[in-house]
Amino acid sequence: MSEPILKLEGVYTNIAQYHILQGVDLEVPKGAVTMLLGRNGVGKTTTLRTVIGHWRAHKGRVLFDGEDITALPTPLIARAGLGFVPEDMGIFSDLTVEENMVLAAIHGPINSARLDWIFTAFPPLKTFWKSEAGNLSGGQKQMLSIARAMVEERKLYLIDEPTKGLAPAIVSTMARALRELKEQGASILLVEQNFAVARALGDTANVMDDGRMIWSGAMAELSGDATLQERLMGLSLDAHH
Amino acid sequence: MTTAAPKHTPKMAELSLGQRLAPWMPVLLVPVLVALGALAIPQTSSWLTLTVSGLAMGMMIFIMASGLTLVFGLMDVINFGHGAFVSIGAFVGVSVLLMLGQMTGAPSLGLNLIALMLAVVGAMAATGAVGWAFEKVIVMPVYGHHLKQILVTMGGLIVIEQLIIVLWGPEEIYITRPEALKGAITFAGAALEKYRLVAVVVGLIVFAAMRFVLRRTKIGLIVRAGVQNGEMVEALGYRLRRVFVGVFIAGSALAGLGGVMWGLYQEVITAHMGNDAMILIFIVVIIGGLGSVEGCFIGALLVGLMQNYVAYIEPKAALISNIALMVLILMWRPMGMIPVVKAK
Ligand SMILES: Nc1ncnc2c1ncn2[C@@H]1O[C@H](COP(=O)(O)OP(=O)(O)OP(=O)(O)O)[C@@H](O)[C@H]1O
Ligand SMILES: [Mg+2]
Repeated sequence: MSEPILKLEGVYTNIAQYHILQGVDLEVPKGAVTMLLGRNGVGKTTTLRTVIGHWRAHKGRVLFDGEDITALPTPLIARAGLGFVPEDMGIFSDLTVEENMVLAAIHGPINSARLDWIFTAFPPLKTFWKSEAGNLSGGQKQMLSIARAMVEERKLYLIDEPTKGLAPAIVSTMARALRELKEQGASILLVEQNFAVARALGDTANVMDDGRMIWSGAMAELSGDATLQERLMGLSLDAHH
Repeated sequence: MTTAAPKHTPKMAELSLGQRLAPWMPVLLVPVLVALGALAIPQTSSWLTLTVSGLAMGMMIFIMASGLTLVFGLMDVINFGHGAFVSIGAFVGVSVLLMLGQMTGAPSLGLNLIALMLAVVGAMAATGAVGWAFEKVIVMPVYGHHLKQILVTMGGLIVIEQLIIVLWGPEEIYITRPEALKGAITFAGAALEKYRLVAVVVGLIVFAAMRFVLRRTKIGLIVRAGVQNGEMVEALGYRLRRVFVGVFIAGSALAGLGGVMWGLYQEVITAHMGNDAMILIFIVVIIGGLGSVEGCFIGALLVGLMQNYVAYIEPKAALISNIALMVLILMWRPMGMIPVVKAK
């Protein structure tokens, strides 16, 4: 197997006086969707924020595309080729949809073929292209947040709960867009609570608990084993059919 | 490919007149205040004179305050030392004008303007450079600590005031305006000072230029986005700190420009003039909405007009009236007239 695009080695992250991550190990292979799963509050978001550099690992290493980015400033980590969709979406609400997208295209004007693809995946973004992003609905904001990451080809997409709080119809829109991204050969690290979506998209899965990785393996293995899910995440498959 | 999103046909909601006017309310306050001024001051000529000087004063306050609001919006930095740049700008600019006495004394608009341009360039270069050093030495070590920022930047202000006294002496310096800008023109029976008209035009140009940069350039987009959510701007790959340093330098240079204009308006400069102006500058930044250039502009016009109308009716009440204005506006909109939506 080729070098993973992202590798965390024994990462410890503190937030204020709390020890949140306590030795996280994670490998994200190239060209696949890697799921990061686990109960609420176990440190999934903190893991992504540590990768992008919003929180700092005080022990351990973060390797991106073979380079040690543990102490690199956030803008340089992003420029190394990371597209980040934060849990709170991070929309610039006083800016228009267009301006949000223009800012996300850090290497110059937006590629029009890519924009067409984004408009097909997320039609409301075309409708509201010139509107203030703050006026979008929650689902549309999520579309914009993902579209900002997709506007340029990135080496890795970090996506935190893209279906959180969305109606089923929008959830499938998101899932479809992510599947298209995957089919283009993108590498994705995805946090997702919706197990049906996780099962449909994930190649490998990593389950966290209490600031550590407690299980890593094939997504198929996890989704086929209800007792394992119950043990790792306290969920039963029936509840997610 | 399958059809993507569910069918979606957005419609414009029916808005009541009040809802449609709401975003424009702050802008409307300016003509409302002008109209109130007309009611309070029966002689049209006096009212017109006061309105022009109120607008001129407002424009100068805007130029001095605009950098401060962005500095706060971008990095949450409270800079009580901002007034130092006003004073430095005034002293450098006035020194240049005094050196160019022959050009300013000649009754030639061209020569006068060249002298003024040189004074402004000198003042802005000096305040930009001092701003750069101020940010590096004084502000950077206290990012994220408001109390320390207040204390340290006030300390910086005192140091700079003392340096001005060392360099230029403790006495105030009197300055006369360039020949072509002396006197007034008469319009509808009212005497309108030429200098004030020039100040209004310069203020409009600065405002238009700032709006252009903020709305039409990528760096402007980064600044506006950074005011709302700096963390996300960095996650997209932009170095917010560098942008902030640039804004700090530009804001200091604008304060320097404001200082030259203010000095020529008062026709006297002192080391503490910047500090004196800070009260009005803070009122303007607060009522405008911290981080909002548009709010700062409207706020400055309101404060300038209020100051002039009230000073004419009851001089002692001028400052009180502006504090009352601030209280009223904050009761109406606690985050300022044009609140900036901050993430978190
Ligand atoms: N800013 C903060 N200050 C203090 N504690 C925090 C902060 N952010 C997160 N935490 C704590 O860190 C722990 C991990 O949080 P994190 O957001 O990483 O969990 P998560 O796995 O993403 O949860 P969820 O599924 O609910 O999004 C939680 O106990 C949370 O309370
Ligand atoms: Mg989370």
